[in-house]
Amino acid sequence: MADDLKSHLISSFEKNIRFDNRGLLDFRNVVIEYNVSKNAEGSVRVKIGDTEVIVGVKLMVDKPFPDTPDHGVIMVNTEFLPMANPDFESGPPGIEAIEQARVVDRGIRESKMIDLKKLCIKKGEKVWIVSIDVCTLNDDGNLLDASALGAMAALKVAKFPEYENDEINYKTHTNTKLPMKKQPVAVTVYKMGKHFFVDPSKEEEQNIDARLTITTTEDNTICALQKGGDFPLTLDDIANMLDIATKISKELRSKL
Amino acid sequence: MGKLIIQDKTIVVPGETLAEGMDYLPGAGTYRLGDKILAEKVGLINIDGRALKLIPLSGRYAPKRNDVIICKVIDVTFSGWRFETNSAYSAMLSVKDATSDYIARGADLTSYFDIGDYVVAKITNVTSQKLVDLTTKGLGLKRLRGGRMIKVNSQKVPRIIGKQGSMVTMIKKATNCNIVVGQNGLIWLSGEPKDEVTAVSAIRMIEANSHIKGLTDKVKEYLGFTGEVGEPEHKEYEHSQNVDNQNVDNN
Amino acid sequence: MGYSKRTNNRGFDELRKIEAKTGVIKNADGSAYFKIGNTAAYAAVYGPRNLYPKFLQNPSTGILRCNYNMMPFSGTGERVRPGPSRRSKEISLVTEKALLPVVDLKEFPNAVVDVFIELIETDAGSRCAGICAASMALADAGITMKDLVVAVSVGKVDDKVAVDLDYDEEAYEDGPVSDIPLAIIPSTGEFTLLQMDGEISKDDLIKALSLSKKVVPKLYEIQKKALSEKYKLYGSDTNGNEE
Repeated sequence: MADDLKSHLISSFEKNIRFDNRGLLDFRNVVIEYNVSKNAEGSVRVKIGDTEVIVGVKLMVDKPFPDTPDHGVIMVNTEFLPMANPDFESGPPGIEAIEQARVVDRGIRESKMIDLKKLCIKKGEKVWIVSIDVCTLNDDGNLLDASALGAMAALKVAKFPEYENDEINYKTHTNTKLPMKKQPVAVTVYKMGKHFFVDPSKEEEQNIDARLTITTTEDNTICALQKGGDFPLTLDDIANMLDIATKISKELRSKL
Repeated sequence: MGKLIIQDKTIVVPGETLAEGMDYLPGAGTYRLGDKILAEKVGLINIDGRALKLIPLSGRYAPKRNDVIICKVIDVTFSGWRFETNSAYSAMLSVKDATSDYIARGADLTSYFDIGDYVVAKITNVTSQKLVDLTTKGLGLKRLRGGRMIKVNSQKVPRIIGKQGSMVTMIKKATNCNIVVGQNGLIWLSGEPKDEVTAVSAIRMIEANSHIKGLTDKVKEYLGFTGEVGEPEHKEYEHSQNVDNQNVDNN
Repeated sequence: MGYSKRTNNRGFDELRKIEAKTGVIKNADGSAYFKIGNTAAYAAVYGPRNLYPKFLQNPSTGILRCNYNMMPFSGTGERVRPGPSRRSKEISLVTEKALLPVVDLKEFPNAVVDVFIELIETDAGSRCAGICAASMALADAGITMKDLVVAVSVGKVDDKVAVDLDYDEEAYEDGPVSDIPLAIIPSTGEFTLLQMDGEISKDDLIKALSLSKKVVPKLYEIQKKALSEKYKLYGSDTNGNEE
């Protein structure tokens, strides 16, 4: 029966109609709402259809890593809150949440969107730590793209808190934003049967063969990849998926 | 003297005072506190003479005897199958209630119902500890093949079925889809992709507007349905009012 | 001198601005959002559903399980480390006890109703906002309840008794402060949550508790409106009968 649903999905895909009446390459409605949590240095709510995440950025001052003494630090953490899906359980992040956090992290890190050297306060002693927390409110598929988009949007609006005499005053924020150079956007392209599609519903997501998350910057440079799913991809598949992702990433970036 | 605080067909919430004095009687979904009657659920008030009854607008499905439900096989045991019922409780179907066929001891039960299969079944018994027994012997009770499943608020199921199946029959006729509505809030559909989309949105419309007057006309208009909304053509409903089994063959 | 003026000229018996909605988490059986001032809570209810491990099951009734959590960026100071803390566990417990007296789960032996409370921003009164949201979410999930539960904090800031303290008032330094989060069943006036930190005299405590009664009807009305609004969106013409 599990296969029954999959073949029903595929026969619908053959007519380029999905269960919710979208075409295969249509994203659901994307809504980004800024500054939803006053205590975060930057925060957003991202809705893609009924999927909803809140992303918050906190800034702290701490020691740098010994191998990069003049670089600030970026941390991405994803919480698959049990509120969002009856199948999510309380407890430390599971392997899916960890993978997702690392994929989002990789897009931010490898695109070099943030000038980490500018986050250095005193070499070897004090740097800014940028902590990005993704919290899921409702999971109706495609948490991955929603989280990456949310992380990007939250970083974009984050403002430094006041910092004087080695102390952060979280009550007052300056007008200084993070030193950002680029806007990487992640698009995950999914494969089921011979069909490629984006922005899956939960039902679709549970029946995919493979997925490829492609993070690109404005100039179409690819800065991170992650293949998932149980089935392999051919070189042709990958080329096809790259084309789709490049196109969709422009649409998504325009929402920022 | 008793005094009614709310009007008929009002939406009320828990703790809301519905009536004062002893003239009125607390019905389902309401209770007496001192000389008042209060609501104990979110719902619509139905005043029937002196009795106040609350029709719930939300809530998960609770298994009831004689309900026809759609459930999913989660385990195959020596003597039968265990099903997930979209409620807090799983249900058991024993071999003798599954089929009239002779099944030898130790036979492979998965050839009847395998894990993950969706089955239309009727609840034969619910104990106080919520052990639920099922049967699949009867008209329209069977394994569902192909198609897709949607979940709806189980409190809205009667509205989706309509009087003697009139609402769902209209949707089926207008969209050419096969549809089976389970009392437990699972609905199975199978048809052309475009038609399924139309049928699902009609069902969603009923679910969201279940408490509104003139709903049938609204749905009829939405579907562009020109036929007569009335009794279903098949007499099967008389035997099995809970499930809509037109177009469902019985093997 | 004493404490004479609250932020935004708020009266001492006046609540901060409140926003309430239900049906906000699509996957949940019931859900609600409750924001008071800059404290905002989501609550989602799943259940009654299967309860595992089995030893937690109660054959005479369903059980209520609450989980309070602050999102890592929701605190007034540094980032809150994700995952349960001693504080969040205690608040989960008192939240459960605050809601339990109104909830009737006898129809659901061995099952569980899970309530997940998430704070997206906090400015004091977060457990009370969580309880308000949770009570609405339970009602939205169609759970049998004698009443909703309303929760608010009262307290004394320097020489003034006040309701709904914000973070600046809790942190007031020029005089003694007491912060008393409480929850009440509106129809009976009984208390289901009562905690306090700070210092207060017996007379003032009674005064503060009595002051809460002034705002209980207001909170209940807000919850009630949010619960019924979900259905009124589609028009006020209602007809409960099956056709």
